[in-house]
Amino acid sequence: MNAASSAQGTAWAAAATVADPELPVLTIAELGILRQVEVDGSRVTVTVTPTYLGCPAMDVIAAGIVAAVQAAGFGPVEVVRSLSPAWTTAWLGAQAREKLLAAGIAPPGPGPRLLPLPTRREAPPCPRCGAAATTELSRFGAAACMALWRCTGCGEPFEHLKEHC
Amino acid sequence: MKGAAYLLRLGDDALIAAQRMMQWCTRAPSIEDDVALANIALDLLGQARLLLGRAGELEGAGRDEDALAMRRDEHEFHNVLLVELDNGDFAVSVAKLLCFSLYQRLLYERLSASADAVLAGVAQKAAKETVYHVDYAAGWVVRLGDGTTESAARMLSAVEEIWPYTSELFADDEVSSAAAADGLGIAPSTLREPWSQAVDEVLAEARLPRPPDGWRPAGGRAGAHTEAFGYLVGEMQVLHRAHPGASW
Repeated sequence: MNAASSAQGTAWAAAATVADPELPVLTIAELGILRQVEVDGSRVTVTVTPTYLGCPAMDVIAAGIVAAVQAAGFGPVEVVRSLSPAWTTAWLGAQAREKLLAAGIAPPGPGPRLLPLPTRREAPPCPRCGAAATTELSRFGAAACMALWRCTGCGEPFEHLKEHC
Repeated sequence: MKGAAYLLRLGDDALIAAQRMMQWCTRAPSIEDDVALANIALDLLGQARLLLGRAGELEGAGRDEDALAMRRDEHEFHNVLLVELDNGDFAVSVAKLLCFSLYQRLLYERLSASADAVLAGVAQKAAKETVYHVDYAAGWVVRLGDGTTESAARMLSAVEEIWPYTSELFADDEVSSAAAADGLGIAPSTLREPWSQAVDEVLAEARLPRPPDGWRPAGGRAGAHTEAFGYLVGEMQVLHRAHPGASW
C-alpha cells in the first residue's frame, strides 16, 4: 500500500467510526450512507448520502465526520452530500442487521411494491423473542426511518427500521 | 434562468404542503398520527429545501432556499391551491394528502430521469419517501370511508370538498411545456390517467363514489391564491422577517 492510499484508508476508517445520532448502534459506514473519502495532501473530502431528504441528523453527522477525520491528523475536511444513487435499506450489511436485532430494533425486510399502491408489508419478527406474530402500532416513529411495532407473543413494543427501496 | 420557474413550483408545492401539514402538530387525533403527520411534513420540507435551492441556482440571482421561502410575497408563490387549503377536519386532511401524495409519487418517479442531475437525485429519493405518504393517506381514507355511518359521511364530504382542486395538478402551461421540451421536467397532463386509476382503486376499497369532475378552480401556478394562503405565508415568514439572518 502506498502512502496516498494508506492516508485514504486512515481517513476512511476515521469517518467510518461516526455513529448515526438517530440510530447510535450503527456507524454511518454500516448504515451505508458513507460513500466516498478522498484525500488530497492534508485536505479531505467526505461524500455522504442522506437516508431521507429531510433527515435532521445530517448536520450532526457532518459535524461528527469533520471532528473524527481531523482528530485522525488531517487538515480541512469538507463534507459533500450526494443524492444519487439514492440510499436504500438494501445497503445494510449482514453485520448491521445483527447489530440492529441485538439492540431490539427489527431490521428492514424486502420492500413494498411501489405502484400504483403499496401492498401490505410483511410483519417483521420480534427482535426480542423472535415470535413471528407482530402488529404495527404506527408506520412512523421517533425518527424518519423508524416504524413502531408490538409483539403479540411477548407483548413488548419495538422499533422497526422501515423498508426503503 | 432556464428551468428555474419549473423547479420553483415543485419546491413551492412541497413547502406549502409541509407548512400546512405542520399545523396538525399537537392536534392530531392520536399520538401516532401526530408523529406520522410530522414525519410526512418533514419529508416534504426536505424536498422543498433542495428544490428551492436548485431553483435559486438556476435563477442565478443570488437567492438561496431561505430567500425564496421567506422573502417572497403571496403572489410570488406558484404552488397549486390544493396544498394551501385549510386543513379542515382530519378527513379533509387525509383526502388532500391522498390526492397530492399520489400525484407526487407518479411525478417523482418520472423526474428520476430528469436531464437536471440535481432534480433527478431529489426525485429518486423523494419517490421512495412518498410511498409511505400514499400508504398512510390511503389507509385512513379506507378506514374512514369504509367505517361507521358518521366517518363515511365525513370522508365522502371531504373528498367532494377537495376534488375540484385536484385538476390544477394536471394543467399544462408554458413553464411545464418548456421544462418538458428541455428534458428537465414533464407535462403534468401525462400523470392524470395513472393518477386517476390509483385514486379509483383507493376510493373503491373505501366504498366511496368518485366525485364528478366539474368546477376546476386554478390560479396558484400564476400566483393567484386563496384567502387562506395569506395567513399561512404570514405565519411561515414572521420569524424570519422579524429577525433577518437569525440562527441558533
